[in-house]
Amino acid sequence: MIAKRTFDAVIVGGGGAGLRAALQMARADLKVAVLSKVFPTRSHTVSAQGGITAALGNVSEDDWHWHMYDTVKGSDYLGDQDAIEFMCRNAASAVYELEHMGLPFSRLANGKIYQRQFGGQSKHFGGEQAVRTCAAADRTGHALLHTLYQRNIAARTQFFEEFFALDLVRDAEGYVLGVVALEIESGEPMLFESRVTLLATGGGARIFRHSTNAHINSGDGLGMVLRAGLPLEDMEFWQFHPTGIPEVGSLITEGVRGEGGYLLNKDNEKFMVRYAPNAKDLASRDVVSRAIAQEILAGRGCGPHGDYVLLKIDHIGADKIKERLPGIRELSMQFAGVDPCEAPIPVTPTAHYMMGGIPTNLRGQVVAPERYGPEEAVPGLYAVGECACVSVHGANRLGGNSLLDLVVFGRAAGDHAIEYLRENPFPRALPGDSVAASLARLARWERPTGTERVPQLRAEMQRILQEHCGVYRRADLLEAGIAKLGGVEARLADAYVEDRSKVFNTARLEALELENLLPVARATLVSALARTESRGAHSREDYPARDDDRWLRHTLYTRAADQLDYKPVRLKPLTVETFQPQERTY
Amino acid sequence: MRFRIYRYDPESGARPRMQDYEIAFDPAGKKVLDALIAIKEQQDESLAFRRSCREGVCGSDGLNINGVNSLACVTALAGLKEPIEIRPLPRLAVIRDLVVDMGQFYRHYRAVKPYLINLDPEPESERLQSPAQRAELDGLYECILCGCCTTACPSFWWNPDKFLGPAALLQAYRFVADSRDQAADERLDYLEDPYRLFRCHGIMNCVEVCPKGLNPTAAIGKIKTLLVKRSL
Ligand SMILES: Cc1cc2nc3c(=O)[nH]c(=O)nc-3n(C[C@H](O)[C@H](O)[C@H](O)COP(=O)(O)OP(=O)(O)OC[C@H]3O[C@@H](n4cnc5c(N)ncnc54)[C@H](O)[C@@H]3O)c2cc1C
Ligand code: SF4
Repeated sequence: MIAKRTFDAVIVGGGGAGLRAALQMARADLKVAVLSKVFPTRSHTVSAQGGITAALGNVSEDDWHWHMYDTVKGSDYLGDQDAIEFMCRNAASAVYELEHMGLPFSRLANGKIYQRQFGGQSKHFGGEQAVRTCAAADRTGHALLHTLYQRNIAARTQFFEEFFALDLVRDAEGYVLGVVALEIESGEPMLFESRVTLLATGGGARIFRHSTNAHINSGDGLGMVLRAGLPLEDMEFWQFHPTGIPEVGSLITEGVRGEGGYLLNKDNEKFMVRYAPNAKDLASRDVVSRAIAQEILAGRGCGPHGDYVLLKIDHIGADKIKERLPGIRELSMQFAGVDPCEAPIPVTPTAHYMMGGIPTNLRGQVVAPERYGPEEAVPGLYAVGECACVSVHGANRLGGNSLLDLVVFGRAAGDHAIEYLRENPFPRALPGDSVAASLARLARWERPTGTERVPQLRAEMQRILQEHCGVYRRADLLEAGIAKLGGVEARLADAYVEDRSKVFNTARLEALELENLLPVARATLVSALARTESRGAHSREDYPARDDDRWLRHTLYTRAADQLDYKPVRLKPLTVETFQPQERTY
Repeated sequence: MRFRIYRYDPESGARPRMQDYEIAFDPAGKKVLDALIAIKEQQDESLAFRRSCREGVCGSDGLNINGVNSLACVTALAGLKEPIEIRPLPRLAVIRDLVVDMGQFYRHYRAVKPYLINLDPEPESERLQSPAQRAELDGLYECILCGCCTTACPSFWWNPDKFLGPAALLQAYRFVADSRDQAADERLDYLEDPYRLFRCHGIMNCVEVCPKGLNPTAAIGKIKTLLVKRSL
């Protein structure tokens, strides 16, 4: 047997979502362990720049109903309206709570929290531009993550830093009873037994070659869920952020356009006017990314290969840039070699955010079509944050709504887990073979020889997803992508890691991460091929229209035989009227 | 390009050594982290180092590069003298290769109570803070806990367990300086100690190496000023 630790709750992930949930439970005096494969403040939430959206109305009149409308419309009507209402209704209190915790928001002259414009935001249900995104300069994610970590220090949460979760432990009746993890420093596996397991493992945009995501964003939680036989929801929906630095991938926040920046093609034309006559550069991200892709396809891209456009911001003045966008200036100088105070920044659509993920209800419980219905809670299992799909982002996320999602649903999941723990005070017996699958996975990488290497396979997968499942998709492209990916998956069997040392073996970690990336990539391609319509970030050249009659529903992908199931979109909000699907223009 | 990289494998029983690597790599626009990844992928997968965001905000890859503590992901290769010598951050126990044990560094951070203390009832909306009060936090809150400063500080080298080091002191001041915090006195009490704070001799290595352009020495100076004011 391997070493075992026992807690009331185990949270896998120390990003914004995991830390918010941990705080809720730690404050309720529960024994909570947070596992993270990196020291918590190194989680990817730290990279978030532009802000967190809530209708505080500090700059101009605002209302959470309008935020809700924008989010439903932004989601291209695929978002579940009960969850969206829940999020938007609770947004202001969630942001005030962060302020009370100490988050150093930027301030307005009257001392209130600074807010800026972001894409897809309107007043009065589609009227003029709203000013809704609360910011700490352009380092909101850093400020949020550090603040939550600090509060967890105060709450004496137990951290297991640099522990890599391998697999869920699930008994025959479907209860989740903990996780098996690898202590990175010692290389030893450890069993974490707990009555509640909460996944907050973040995104997986590293399935693409060009991504704004950190190296660690390998979709581990999704791999764990698929291996446990549970489904993933809406995996065809990946957001391509319009403004990533070409090749490098680093993100240039939408806040740059919110502060008055705009896009130019090689003819110096402000081309967004043609694609979104009203919202222009602040249209939804899917719209702007498609516009840029169109400009590039039409030969109006910039640079020697014509493969990017320019984002101009110098006209707002160096002082404002240095005050409001200092991090962007730093990134741009470091990675694009351009000082935005003087010259425009080269940008191109870059894989950024996973709208899909582990299906949950609005209490953060993981739901799956089990015995009785399509949305039955998996007892003991929760998921929050980018790895989860509640679904508030539907087919396209609005900027600033992810950080909000983390804290609103982090708190809600924490609250529900506290109740669940009260109702389930006694641990269930661990199945005899609870660690067998994880140990077998580890043993598999002990094999001394093989013909394939992990970095090569990963690079091939990333190229396949980039080329076959980008901003625009087509049946033949997707089919070819699935075939090619099958080849890579087959070769995984022959892959080996030469380094079989135990202590801090990062080559082994990369192999284990590849075992998560590949099924996420497959779920993406298979789900994308099946959805024969264009909605939000999923644009099919061969099916350019949205098709509500057939496709106003969520995809559920299960690994065995690439099975696809569907479930209806929850169009009924909690208390307000439904926003009926309409044509979506900006 | 040529590299000399510090290697240590605790399982082999061998002493640490420097290993030479030569790799065909066009340095234009590339950073030290890109080269480390290329070496790991193409030549030696056993080379261990931490990395995550690859854009200078997560603070994972603080390393000693040609004698200077810096973040590998934002240090341009162009202009570095070859062979580029890469070592772990100085004076921390090495776990393996370029991976150090940051435990002491984190303990000092926790010791300064790095969280807002305010015991007033919470208002329904935000607490107000003027832009000028908020500006007091600029240059403090941006710290990414990379450890470059603290491990470049001779005072920390001599008293790693007792002197809090520039990063923790910068964070201590971040809360003292916050108009919303009510525990300044308690914080100053803790810092008023011959070792925790007063081992800082203003050598300023921290200021030189901080990849975020922060100035821990100035923050320490402000704490000292507050202590003097308080004693008058
Ligand atoms: C560059 C960038 C800028 C962004 N800007 C904004 C913005 O301005 N506003 C906004 O709303 N959203 C923004 N987003 C999106 C938002 O930041 C993310 O969606 C969000 O931070 C994800 O948080 P999380 O807590 O779900 O996951 P993460 O912060 O990614 O944390 C995941 C955690 O899980 C842990 N983990 C993962 N796998 C394992 C494993 N196997 N074992 C143990 N631990 C594991 C990691 O160590 C980490 O602690 C941005 C995203 C990017 C990429
Ligand atoms: S002060 Fe600078 S060098 Fe020191 S830990 Fe913070 S960011 Fe790193």
